[in-house]
Amino acid sequence: MAHKLLGKDFTPPDIRGKVTGKAKYAEDFRVDGMVFAKMLLSPMPHARVTSIDTSEAEAMPGVLGVLTADDVPPGQGANEVILTNTPHFIGEPILAIAAIDETTAADAIEKVKVEYEPLPYVIDPLESLYPGGPDAREGGNVANLQIPLQTVKWTARDFAEVEENQLPMSGQPVVEWSYGDLEAEFEKSAVVYDETFVTASNSHHSMEPRTAMSYWENGKCFVYGSSQSQSFFMPGLAGLIGIDSKDLVYIAEFCGGGFGSKGAPYALMALPAYMSKKIGRPVMLRVTRAEEYYLGSNRAGFQGRARIGFAKNGKVNAVDLYLVQSNGPNSGFWDFTDAPGAVSICYQPNAMRYRGLPVLTNTPPGGPQRGPGENQIACAFEPFLDRAAAELGIDRVEIRKINAPDNDSLFDGHQNPVTSAYQRECLTIGAEKFGWNEKSKRSRERKGSKVIGVGVGQAYHSAGFAGFDGLVRITPDGILHIHSGVGNLGTYSYAATARIAAEVLNYDWEHCVIERGDSRKQLPWNFMQVGSNTSFTMGRSYHAAAVDAKNKLLEIAAATHGGSPDDYELGDEVVRSKADGAAKMTYAEAAQKAIEMAGKFDGSEPPADINPMTTASTAALAGSGLIGVAKDNYEINGVPPALATGFMMIELDTETGTFEILDYAGAIDCGTVIHPMGLATQIKGGAVMGIGLASKERIVYDPQNGVAANVGFYQAKPPSYLDVPATMEWGAVDIADPQSPLGTRGMGEPVMGCAASALVCAISDALGGHYFNRTPIVADMIVNAVSGRPQSHKPLQVATF
Amino acid sequence: MSKDMMPMFELFQPTDLSGALDLVERYGADGWKVAGGQDSLDWLKDRAKRTKAVIDLTRIAEMKGIRETADGLEIGALTTLTEIEESSLIREKFALLAGAASRVASPQIRNVGTIGGNVSQDARCWYYRGGMDCYRAGGSTCYADTPQGMNREHCLFGADRCVAVSPSDTAPALVALDASMVIQNADGERVVAAEDFFIGPQVDIERMTVLQADDILTAIRIPNTWANATFYFEKVADRKTWDFALVNIAAAMRVSGGTIEDIRIVAGGVECVPRRLSVVENVVKGSAKNADTAKLAGGSASRGAIPLNYNQFKIPLLENLVMRAIRDA
Repeated sequence: MAHKLLGKDFTPPDIRGKVTGKAKYAEDFRVDGMVFAKMLLSPMPHARVTSIDTSEAEAMPGVLGVLTADDVPPGQGANEVILTNTPHFIGEPILAIAAIDETTAADAIEKVKVEYEPLPYVIDPLESLYPGGPDAREGGNVANLQIPLQTVKWTARDFAEVEENQLPMSGQPVVEWSYGDLEAEFEKSAVVYDETFVTASNSHHSMEPRTAMSYWENGKCFVYGSSQSQSFFMPGLAGLIGIDSKDLVYIAEFCGGGFGSKGAPYALMALPAYMSKKIGRPVMLRVTRAEEYYLGSNRAGFQGRARIGFAKNGKVNAVDLYLVQSNGPNSGFWDFTDAPGAVSICYQPNAMRYRGLPVLTNTPPGGPQRGPGENQIACAFEPFLDRAAAELGIDRVEIRKINAPDNDSLFDGHQNPVTSAYQRECLTIGAEKFGWNEKSKRSRERKGSKVIGVGVGQAYHSAGFAGFDGLVRITPDGILHIHSGVGNLGTYSYAATARIAAEVLNYDWEHCVIERGDSRKQLPWNFMQVGSNTSFTMGRSYHAAAVDAKNKLLEIAAATHGGSPDDYELGDEVVRSKADGAAKMTYAEAAQKAIEMAGKFDGSEPPADINPMTTASTAALAGSGLIGVAKDNYEINGVPPALATGFMMIELDTETGTFEILDYAGAIDCGTVIHPMGLATQIKGGAVMGIGLASKERIVYDPQNGVAANVGFYQAKPPSYLDVPATMEWGAVDIADPQSPLGTRGMGEPVMGCAASALVCAISDALGGHYFNRTPIVADMIVNAVSGRPQSHKPLQVATF
Repeated sequence: MSKDMMPMFELFQPTDLSGALDLVERYGADGWKVAGGQDSLDWLKDRAKRTKAVIDLTRIAEMKGIRETADGLEIGALTTLTEIEESSLIREKFALLAGAASRVASPQIRNVGTIGGNVSQDARCWYYRGGMDCYRAGGSTCYADTPQGMNREHCLFGADRCVAVSPSDTAPALVALDASMVIQNADGERVVAAEDFFIGPQVDIERMTVLQADDILTAIRIPNTWANATFYFEKVADRKTWDFALVNIAAAMRVSGGTIEDIRIVAGGVECVPRRLSVVENVVKGSAKNADTAKLAGGSASRGAIPLNYNQFKIPLLENLVMRAIRDA
């Protein structure tokens, strides 16, 4: 189907502000009487505060108030808190001080005397699982979202019965599922691998730290924050502040990076609201780079073990996977349950068993990072396909096609269906863009100390939800206002998906305005901008609202010019009679008429099934134009998948352990392409992050002191401009998803994991099939491997260089 | 614990050297000299080190620029790394230094960072920079040199309570070029060989160079001894920009008829000072410049190395870089 707007490039409206510097991020706002807060962070990984003396600080000129854990709601279970008297990681906020300027606040923090009673702490989950081992919290050592705080210990026998450096698989898990006859499938496998592996935690290091400013006015709390999400964010943030979400005004027009860490509401954003209430002044909390490291969350690390069996023809018969997640001290994120789902969908094993658990650690809190679980596990599993391909004499792309999911595929413990899946086509397109047939022939080509490595990788993430609301409005000036409550994490998908509403209504994009970024703009109830879901979820919501507006346009035309709505059609921003060209009205006229007709037409009578937030927004807009508002009630049966493939060629210098990435091509199966330029940017940007995940980024902790080595931006080593290829190729399957009205589904996360796993495979290819069973693979590991030395870290060691 | 918030201090911006010398004498250990600020501002922002007075040297014109002298070049200490990288004088005669300067940090840092600052910068040990009370910070322990210390970036040679390394890329090049450092204080000028300018923990654990609080490094002189020699510089780091060297190597050699007649070869990132590899020099002097000599040289470079728990990779890396210097220069 030819589209007017979809599939075409455009300039998203927030680009101009970003390029000119006029875009206002949380820290750019100033209001009358605003003061600054600074935090005192725990210097200990686990401790109890026994006394706090702020008298000297409070006596300083310019100091306006102190906020401690006693002023904010206490923690429950392993949930994160705003301030604490029982810090669970170095960097956890103990108290905050507000002062007339930031330097005074920082000076005052240094005058505070805090006494701590140190408590046992743990960096390595296996230490905590060992009988009698330390627990990261006094209430237990295991917790996650939806898993209450509890204590799990394995037996000494569990540890003793495996070989040294092998992860025990007999210890008690917390999550467990299986399907198929596992051992029978292993029995009939031609090759079976059994490997223990580690994937490192790495910090999000969002470029914009999670700064927030807040004040109270006329009973409402105003928050200027940095978040990926808008509407869905509000009830949680209001809950943290202790108010109803109708009393919260939330402004978040731009987000300088979140990568998952700013999708859901986070405790720190509520701190200025509490301080502001206490001292009666607007409060700005500018979060520094170091604070962002401690409080900006990080990707969970895994200690894992996988057994995988392949049939002679390359088919994956069986997978037996165990994951121990380094969770951080709080509820963290469910990387460890998403990862096995990704294995299940990507390789379609006939039988699979998964067991795992999240173990609390006294490191910065875990949080979702782009492809949580799925992208780490891609780095651990994709090399298995290369090993099997080599052993069974199958091409490395071919073995992936043999196992790839399609429309009939089921996955994970529940054996869920997919809405559609075209990973074979995606592999074909990626291989073509890359030139796999020619380039794979250069594998292990040597020139002096340099050797070529070629790799292919895949990754998956679920890519859509359903059941949220759409809200559009045509004002009497003819402008289409597309109300967006999804947020703006920086990928421009908020704008690309808004074009679906314009497409349905046959609008000229120049006549459309996206209302967003400020809850006073009357926004609908939309989901968070996370989980690669926007293209699917918002595509459905916008479609529902636009179809509602379209129906109202047709009804208004029929009411004005006679006949039934079916006698009319939409032209170029006119609604006209199919039979009589003279019987027509412009959208502007229809909007005016909608106000006169009132009722459902101008929002005075909203539908009953929309969320109360959308109802309130509709009520506020009522009488201002033609309102299209509807809940997404479209059918959904299955999980919309985002499936990505990456192809990489590197030149590795065996004498220095460094490498140059010569070529990269990424391809995506994401349904109908909405915005080619935006899609290309995601595929390439995801590859950059994937290069970091595979070869550079990790958290490092000194286990003796619990302190972090990689706090700064330069120490954390996200890839630089020179570490990534200057140009990258991309492609898309571009086959419509049948359960998305215009065929769109998401893609943002796996485009990172496919590049990461392609790089891991390319490094191993260059090294003649040496597998590290660990990411990131850094220069020193390569140098040690080439020179025949053992690695400095133990195979199961975590948070280490 | 990083504070990320610069405290108050007095700021002085002298416009001539005598004014600066007055200030450093007046404030002594309470004063802090700043040039490009790429080392200093970290310390001050993190509140890990403090000062009463910052003496900003960047307005002193006489400490800037590159001049030809009777027997070589004199480079003002305030000359930026970008100016050194781009100087035709340096590129023509001492490409080794231009090459080393071009690999320091990132273009933005090179635009403000100076050669004087690059050679005077403090240790980059993450424990020390993180404000921990180690020997180098006046305390009574070393956090890096423990059974569990995370010491991937630390030394192979010369450990003495401290295991930090020389982080500079230009320092090994200057030692290889037999440069000398011009130092002024209220008592006058003294000139110190680059090789002696850098000091290890066995000499003074709280300093990386011979510079005292009231000294100002004003210039660096490079004699013509090694002008237009055969050079080799290479830096291995985690990323292609910004990062400090895991190991770097700088070599100047005179090759005649395929034979290495003379050589100075220096490695960074392996000891608290740029490590002059005298063993390698002795091994290769008089030998043919070929792969065989290179391999022999590489193997000799690590003699005496004592790795820590996480840095044994520096042994093959140092050996390989020395081999490459001899083989590929």
